[in-house]
Amino acid sequence: MELNDLTIAEMQDGLRARKFSATELAKAALAAADRAKVMNIFITETHERTLAMAAESDQRFAKGMARPLDGVPVAMKDLFCTKGVRTTAASHILDAFVPTYESTVSANLWRDGAVLLGKTNLDEFAMGSSNETSFFGPVENPWRKLGDARSRVPGGSSGGSAAVVAARIAPGATGTDTGGSIRQPAAFCGIAGIKPTYGRCSRWGIVAFASSLDQAGPMARTVRDCAILLQSMAGYDAKDSTSADLPVPDFATAITGDIRGLKIGIPTEYRVDGMPAEIAAVWDRGAQWLRDAGAEVRPVHLPMTKYALPTYYIVAPAEASSNLARYDGVRFGLRVPGTGDLTGMYEATRGEGFGKEVRRRILIGTYVLSAGYYDAYYLKAQRVRSLIARDFQKAFEQVDALLTPTAPSEAFARGEKSGDPISMYLNDVFTVPASLAGIPGMSVPAGLSGNGLPLGLQVLGRAYDEETVFRVAGVLEQAAAFAAKPEPWWVKP
Amino acid sequence: MAIDKATVAKIARLARVRVGDAEMTSLAGELSKILTFIEQLDEVDAAGVEPMTSVVQMGLRRRPDGVTDGDKRDDVLKNAPDAMAGFFTVPKVVE
Amino acid sequence: MGQAVTEPAPQLFDGATGKWEVVIGLEVHAQVSSQSKLFSGAATEFGAEPNSQVSLVDAAMPGMLPVINAYCIEQAVRTGLGLKAAVNLRSVFDRKNYFYPDLPAGYQISQFKQPIVGEGEIFIELADGAVRRVGIERLHLEQDAGKSLHDQHPKFTYVDLNRSGVALMEIVSKPDMRSSEEAGAYVRKLRTILRYLGTCDGNMDQGSMRADVNVSVRKPGGALGTRCEIKNVNSMRFIQQAVEYEARRQIEVIEGGGTIAQETRLYDANTGVTRSMRSKEEAHDYRYFPDPDLLPLVLTQAEVDAIKATLPELPDEKRRRLENELKISPYLAKVLVAEKETADYFEVLVAEAGKRTGKKPAEMGQDSANLLVMELFGLLNKDGRTIEASPVSAAALAGLLALRLDGTISGLASKEVLAEMFATGKDAASVVDEKGLRQVSDTGEIERLVDQAIADNPKQLAQFKAGKETMLGFFVGQVMKMSQGRANPAVVNDLLRKKLAG
Repeated sequence: MELNDLTIAEMQDGLRARKFSATELAKAALAAADRAKVMNIFITETHERTLAMAAESDQRFAKGMARPLDGVPVAMKDLFCTKGVRTTAASHILDAFVPTYESTVSANLWRDGAVLLGKTNLDEFAMGSSNETSFFGPVENPWRKLGDARSRVPGGSSGGSAAVVAARIAPGATGTDTGGSIRQPAAFCGIAGIKPTYGRCSRWGIVAFASSLDQAGPMARTVRDCAILLQSMAGYDAKDSTSADLPVPDFATAITGDIRGLKIGIPTEYRVDGMPAEIAAVWDRGAQWLRDAGAEVRPVHLPMTKYALPTYYIVAPAEASSNLARYDGVRFGLRVPGTGDLTGMYEATRGEGFGKEVRRRILIGTYVLSAGYYDAYYLKAQRVRSLIARDFQKAFEQVDALLTPTAPSEAFARGEKSGDPISMYLNDVFTVPASLAGIPGMSVPAGLSGNGLPLGLQVLGRAYDEETVFRVAGVLEQAAAFAAKPEPWWVKP
Repeated sequence: MAIDKATVAKIARLARVRVGDAEMTSLAGELSKILTFIEQLDEVDAAGVEPMTSVVQMGLRRRPDGVTDGDKRDDVLKNAPDAMAGFFTVPKVVE
Repeated sequence: MGQAVTEPAPQLFDGATGKWEVVIGLEVHAQVSSQSKLFSGAATEFGAEPNSQVSLVDAAMPGMLPVINAYCIEQAVRTGLGLKAAVNLRSVFDRKNYFYPDLPAGYQISQFKQPIVGEGEIFIELADGAVRRVGIERLHLEQDAGKSLHDQHPKFTYVDLNRSGVALMEIVSKPDMRSSEEAGAYVRKLRTILRYLGTCDGNMDQGSMRADVNVSVRKPGGALGTRCEIKNVNSMRFIQQAVEYEARRQIEVIEGGGTIAQETRLYDANTGVTRSMRSKEEAHDYRYFPDPDLLPLVLTQAEVDAIKATLPELPDEKRRRLENELKISPYLAKVLVAEKETADYFEVLVAEAGKRTGKKPAEMGQDSANLLVMELFGLLNKDGRTIEASPVSAAALAGLLALRLDGTISGLASKEVLAEMFATGKDAASVVDEKGLRQVSDTGEIERLVDQAIADNPKQLAQFKAGKETMLGFFVGQVMKMSQGRANPAVVNDLLRKKLAG
């Protein structure tokens, strides 16, 4: 077996048993990255730092002072600020920004010995569901439709992180999820990914998109690997006023394989009009797997579901329009003189520095907050958001977790939806409600479509109950026995 | 609600984002579609529902007063496009 | 205050069409006396090197987040309680969005719809003794902006973010003031209260207190006019000047057939005029919404009560106590409470004098007040010094007062002693001893002088005996002269009366 095929858990075992070194793992990962350049996964490569960090891990192994993640290569979504390593948010406006600080989540990973394996591509400022809005160009999904050489999108916004794991370059990567940006690309790329409860991971040092929704989480090939990574990433941070001051449970031990007696809800409203038969089928199959494992599966109602997307597309752009006001060409980032006066400089910098989708969302956000519209749009949306959260609370009075598809389709072809914002937004229909409610959600690979593309199932849990989510996801993973790998078409013979 | 080019121009100005004339027209169409989409919320009767301020059910945490930060001018100015004499700069402003 | 609150007598301006009344409301920005900023741990000290007191949060670097300063919350509550205002147990921080170089995040964190403090009141006293009540609309916490320097470079404006994020309390009055004098008195009184509370140092020179002045004019009793906001007026004098200039300007515009546009104006202290601030006019749409990086601020009643229990005595209450309990005249009481330092000095003076003389405050309040206000203040003023820089401490002054109250020195000698204490920093007793100013009350010694005076002036004695009672004063003067002013005048009087009658 190649080193790159190992899971994080297997790497940890092998490293501890001294079967291979951290440096060997790092070199294998870097070599795989070099072979896969055509997929445009990385915005910034960090070869030297990767090897240096691996060498440090090896020294700790030699001294018997190894830390939990020592030697495990982890790719970082380029939304996490990394000290001394360029951090771009995939935007022209930040394309030369080198932070003097390290995000809390990445710092937690390094504290536990993880090895940085480059900064991965994403939709600009995490705004997108296909990774096509990156200033650095789109990422290619390692998976292709059977008999079709056209590029498929990896999903988004954490498309680079999903692709890096699916292509067996890194065993794990970090993502962020605002409306589905971890779960949807995980589904499109046939890997696992969890958006924890809002507040579980610190947002400090993560370039903000929509503050009330943004949440970091891990992406890996197995549920267990996600649990291992989240263990290091999560935790209270006094620098983030919305960080949850709660102990972090042992996530990996929650994956018991035993869900007997657990009540699982199937939200009937998620069976949307025009749902592809294959999606419906994999959902039904998932429900049956859980039943077979001894869970009690029953329908539940989330009546506000259809209003989640409209709510999201008010709240998220509103917050974004304000969060992105700091990119003004004064203290960091791109500066374009424009007409030469202050306003001209602002407008030229932001007009040129932001891509089309980001500009679109800034304008929508500005509009819904503007005088005369605030009550009708923003305030209304926050009221509906309360109702959506209430729906989930009621559902969780009856059941312990919910099962839904992750996305309404398989990975689509590049350019297929980029002309129509609404059809792009509809991709997040199953992931957005949990984001609005702040509850944890995990996508697990559940099988392949008729086209040979991965499909994912989503498990949703109560706030701060990632343990149940992991437990149910583990059972799905076992039942699905998803072993398919993308054909490595990117490797030239 | 349909928004026209003039409205796009107004919000683009408010957001300090330069938008070309051609893009202004296409944006008016796209933004109108998005607004129509989000106006589905008109169907919801949310009267009397408390608007959500945070999904986190806890109080605002407070830090003790005390100087624990600052004194890092080099870090602060490091990424500045055009810093001079320890200041950030912008094109001259007339108040 | 003891006086009854009176209705305002508006300041009337003569226009071509008759009299006009001015209506004034004030928004005062008071810097919280905290060591670090409202949402970051950077220092707030005045006068530091540019951008040296800036954290990554204050510079709004990507991914930076605000964490609120507990002390600032307490000071806002404390100030609210000092203004007899309602404290809101739940308040919300909003973002006020606009672009300006000294506003790094592109938004200011402030409190818009749900401020931490609601309605309160302040009483002000005018020169004619009239007392007015000015309503407080609200107090909220917000961040200060940085500083733009427009005159350092021909092509660029320089930006210093040292002030960026400093905690401010914005205290908004109701439009209750009707004259520039009232506006000045309001700011003075507010400053005094803040300094008593210790929540703001009130230093207007350093920008710790700035006022935005809202001015409109109307025909007496008519409907409110459109107001203009004059930004950042930073001295009491300028506030009064700006009000008067702006009122006259508005009257002229209206009488000339124009209308007043609601706008932000700048007061130019050099020319004494206000002018429109175009840079702030362009986009007036602040797009307030609750800051999603913060949660609602929830206080408990117990927390508020605990702060309430530590409130100091405030100027109005102190003045009442000085008048009623210490029997101090209204004029002196007013002077004593006007500045916190004076009031503090006075409290020590009375306490120390009490220790030395065993007298109750009511028995020596007026004397203490007189000594401080009529005598020490005179010396301080002559030297251009403030009470904090007095070379005579409150305890030392109490030493002098005690010597005077127990008859050790005369009132006349006391002045000389104080001048010497002021010049040398010595204590009262040493000065009295050095100068031999101890008053003689010993009847034996005085009797000798009295006998001598009578013996030396037979002519005057005869006049007295003939019924010219006023000659008593002559003899007192003689005795005092012989004693070099040290004889106790009361004893001298007593003895002379007896001897002359005999």
